[in-house]
Amino acid sequence: MFYKLKDAVRLYGHYLSINVRSAMQYKTSFFLTALGQFLVSFNVFLGIYFMFRRFSGIQGFTYSEVLLCFSVVLLEFSLAEMFARGFDLFPSMVRTGSFDQVLVRPRNEILQVLGSKFELTRIGRMLQAVVMFAYGVSHSSVDWNFAKIMTVIFMLIGGCAVFSGLFLIYAALCFFTLEGLEFMNVLTDGAREYGKYPLSVYGKKMLLVTTFLIPYALVQYYPLLYILDKDSRPFLIFVPLLAVWFLVPSYALWRFGVRHYQSSGS
Amino acid sequence: MITMEHVCKSYKIAKRNAGFGEAFKALFHREYEVIHALSDVSFTIHDGEMVGYIGPNGAGKSSTIKILSGILTPDSGTVTVDGRIPYKDRMRHVKEIGVVFGQRSQLWWDVPVIDSFELLRDIYAIPKETYHNNLEELTELLNLKELLRSPVRQLSLGQRMRCEIAASLLHSPKILFLDEPTIGLDAVSKIAVREFIQKQNEVHKTTVILTTHDMQDIEALSKRIILIGKGRILLDGTLEDIKRGDAGIDETVAELYRAYDIE
Amino acid sequence: MKKYLSFFRLSFTMGLQYRAAALAGIVTQFAWGFLEILVFQAFYEAEPEMFPMTMSATASYVWMQQAFLALFATWMMENDIFDTIASGNISYSLCRPIRIYHMWFSQSTATRVSRAVLRCFPILIVAAFLPKNYRMAKPASAGHFGLFVITLILGLLVTVAFSMLVYVLTFFTISPQGVRIVFTSMVEFFAGAIIPLPFFPANWQRVLELLPFASMQNVALRIYSGSMTVTEMQKAVALQIVWLVALTAFGNLLCRLAEKKVTIQGG
Repeated sequence: MFYKLKDAVRLYGHYLSINVRSAMQYKTSFFLTALGQFLVSFNVFLGIYFMFRRFSGIQGFTYSEVLLCFSVVLLEFSLAEMFARGFDLFPSMVRTGSFDQVLVRPRNEILQVLGSKFELTRIGRMLQAVVMFAYGVSHSSVDWNFAKIMTVIFMLIGGCAVFSGLFLIYAALCFFTLEGLEFMNVLTDGAREYGKYPLSVYGKKMLLVTTFLIPYALVQYYPLLYILDKDSRPFLIFVPLLAVWFLVPSYALWRFGVRHYQSSGS
Repeated sequence: MITMEHVCKSYKIAKRNAGFGEAFKALFHREYEVIHALSDVSFTIHDGEMVGYIGPNGAGKSSTIKILSGILTPDSGTVTVDGRIPYKDRMRHVKEIGVVFGQRSQLWWDVPVIDSFELLRDIYAIPKETYHNNLEELTELLNLKELLRSPVRQLSLGQRMRCEIAASLLHSPKILFLDEPTIGLDAVSKIAVREFIQKQNEVHKTTVILTTHDMQDIEALSKRIILIGKGRILLDGTLEDIKRGDAGIDETVAELYRAYDIE
Repeated sequence: MKKYLSFFRLSFTMGLQYRAAALAGIVTQFAWGFLEILVFQAFYEAEPEMFPMTMSATASYVWMQQAFLALFATWMMENDIFDTIASGNISYSLCRPIRIYHMWFSQSTATRVSRAVLRCFPILIVAAFLPKNYRMAKPASAGHFGLFVITLILGLLVTVAFSMLVYVLTFFTISPQGVRIVFTSMVEFFAGAIIPLPFFPANWQRVLELLPFASMQNVALRIYSGSMTVTEMQKAVALQIVWLVALTAFGNLLCRLAEKKVTIQGG
C-alpha cells in the first residue's frame, strides 16, 4: 500500500516535470498568460472593496472579516485547482478519444488524466490567492492562536477536498453528456465567487444545503465563526475535516462513469 | 490466444438533420438511431499470428480493437485473450498488450521523444534492464537514433509513426494492435514500418492485429485476412482465398465490398 | 451583404443545436441571479439609505443581466476564430471573396443571439413571477421598453465590435490567451458585470460612464429598470453610437493590417 502510494507520487512528479518542460518551450507566452491569470481574480476583490466603500457591513460581518473569508475560500479553490483542474480539459479528452489511450495503460485513470495536462499558467491565480490570503490575514483583527491557525489549515485541507471532489464530479459527468456541463460552474466557480461572503448571507436554506449536500459551509461558515470569536465551541476547529468525506461519493460517481464509458464506447 | 465468440455490440446515436427548421424541431424532439457495430462476430487468433483486419469505414474494425484492448464492453458474447476477459480484468490485461492508434499520438508534442519513452517506462513500471534492452533494440531496428533527442513537433509523420510504434513496444507486450499504422506515410517510411512489424512478429513471436485500408500492407504482411462489413465477418482466410486470377488486390476487395453490398 | 447574412444564419443554426447546453445555462444563470440578489438584499437590509437604486430596480437589473448574459459576456468568445488564427486556417478565408472582419462580426453576433434567444425567455418568465423582493419588474413605460430594445441591440453590437479587437489583436501577439484573459476581466469589471456602475463611488462612476465598456450592458439594463433620467438616456445612447462607429472603424483598420501581415509573412 505504502509502496504503491510512493510509486503514484513518483509518477505524478514525472508528469509534472514533463508538463513544465513542455510549457517552457513557449516561455514568453507562458509568463504573459500567468500574469493575465494573476490579474484576473482581482476583479472579485475590487467588487468587495467598492461595495464596502459604500456599506459598512453585511449581516454583522465587517470588511476585514469578509476579506478573510474571501481569501481563505480563494486559496482553498486555488489549491484544488492546482491539483485537480486537469479535469478541465476532460471533455475534449472524451470527445477526441484520447481517454482511450488512458484506458489502455495499466495505471489509475485519475492519475493519468490529471497528469496529461497541468494548466501551469494557473500558478498566476495561485499566487494571487496567496497574496490575497496574506492580505486578508494581516488585515483581519483576529487574535491568532494555535487553535485558530489549525482551524485555517483544516479549512484549507477540507476546502481543497470539496473543490477537488466537484472537479471529479464534473469530469465524471462528461461520460454522460458533453453539453450540459455549464451548471457545474455554479458549484465550482460560483462557490468561489459567492463564497466571498459568509454563507449565512444567503439564508437558512442555503446554509442547510451547504452543510449536508455539498459541504461548503463546513469549510467556510462554521470554522469562520470560531476564528472570528462569534462561536467558541471547540469542535468547530475540526468541522472542516468532515468535508473530506465528500470525496467518497465523488469518486463513486467517477467509477460509475468509467464503467458507463466502457459499455457505451461514446 | 484470442477468441471472440458471438460478440454483438450496438450503439444508440442521436439523429441530426440539416437545416434551420430541423434544428429548431430537434430542440423539442430528438430521434435516435441504433447502429449495430458488431453482430455475431466470432474468430480465433493463435499466438504469434499476424492478422490483417480489413473493411470499409464504420464496418466495426475499431469496435473490435476496442473490445480486445479492454476499452469497450460487448453487449453479448464471450471474449478471452490469454485466458483473461479484457474488459473485466483491464488493468492486468493492458500490461500485456501494445496499442497504436494511427490517428492519435501518445507522444508529448513539445518535448524530446526520449522523455515520452521515460514516462512510459514509469507508467508500465518496466524493469531497468528490460527497458534498456528494448530501447536499444527498437532504436536500432527503427533507426531512431537521430530522432530521440528531437521534440515530436519537429518530426515528419513517418518519423513520428516509427516512434509511436517503438513507444507501444517498450514494455514487451505479447500482443500488438495497430490501427492504420501506415496512414499518410511516405513510401520509404511505409516500407520501414512494414519490415519492422514483420521482424517483430518473427523474432519475438508477437501476435499482431492490424487494421488498414492499404492493401499493400496486407500483401506484404499478413498471411491471414479477416474481412468485416456492416458488423459481420464476411471472410476469414488467406490472401489467396480472396484473390481471383490476375486482378490486383485493391480491385478484388472493391469487388467484394460491392458483392456484399457494403461501401 | 447576403453572404454575411448566410454566415449569420449558419452560426445561428449551429447555436440552436445545443439543447442541453441551453438548459444547463438557464439553470446556471438562475442560480447566479438568485445569489446576486441575495447579496444585494443583505446589504440593503443593513443600510437602505446608502442604496443607489431601488431594490426592485436592482433585482430587475440582475435578472436582465442573467437573461441576456450571452449577448454581453466578453468571456464567451468564438473559440473557432481563435483556432483559425492559431492553426493558420485563416489562409482559406483569405482566398474567398469576403471581408474577414464582416464575416467574423456576423458570426459572433449570430452565436450570441442564438444563445440568448434560447436562454432568455425561461429566465424572464420565471423571474417575472417570483415573490416581490426577487421579482423582475415591468418596464417603467412603453417608451422605456422601446428604448431598452434599441439600446440592447446597440450594446450587443458594441460588445461584438470590442471582441473583434481582441480577435484581431491575437494576430499581433505571441500570447493570445494572456491578451484575452486580461481584456475580458477588465471589461467585465468596467462594464458593470461585477457590480452595477451606480454602486461605484461618484467620481469613479463619472469616468466609467464615458468609456466604451459602459456602452455595453449598462445602458439597456438601467433604462429597463428605470434608473436613468431623460438627459442621461440621451447622452448614453449617443455615446453608444459614437463608440460603435469608433470601435468598428478601428477594428476594420487593424484587421486590414493583420491581413496584410498574414499575406506577407505567411501567418
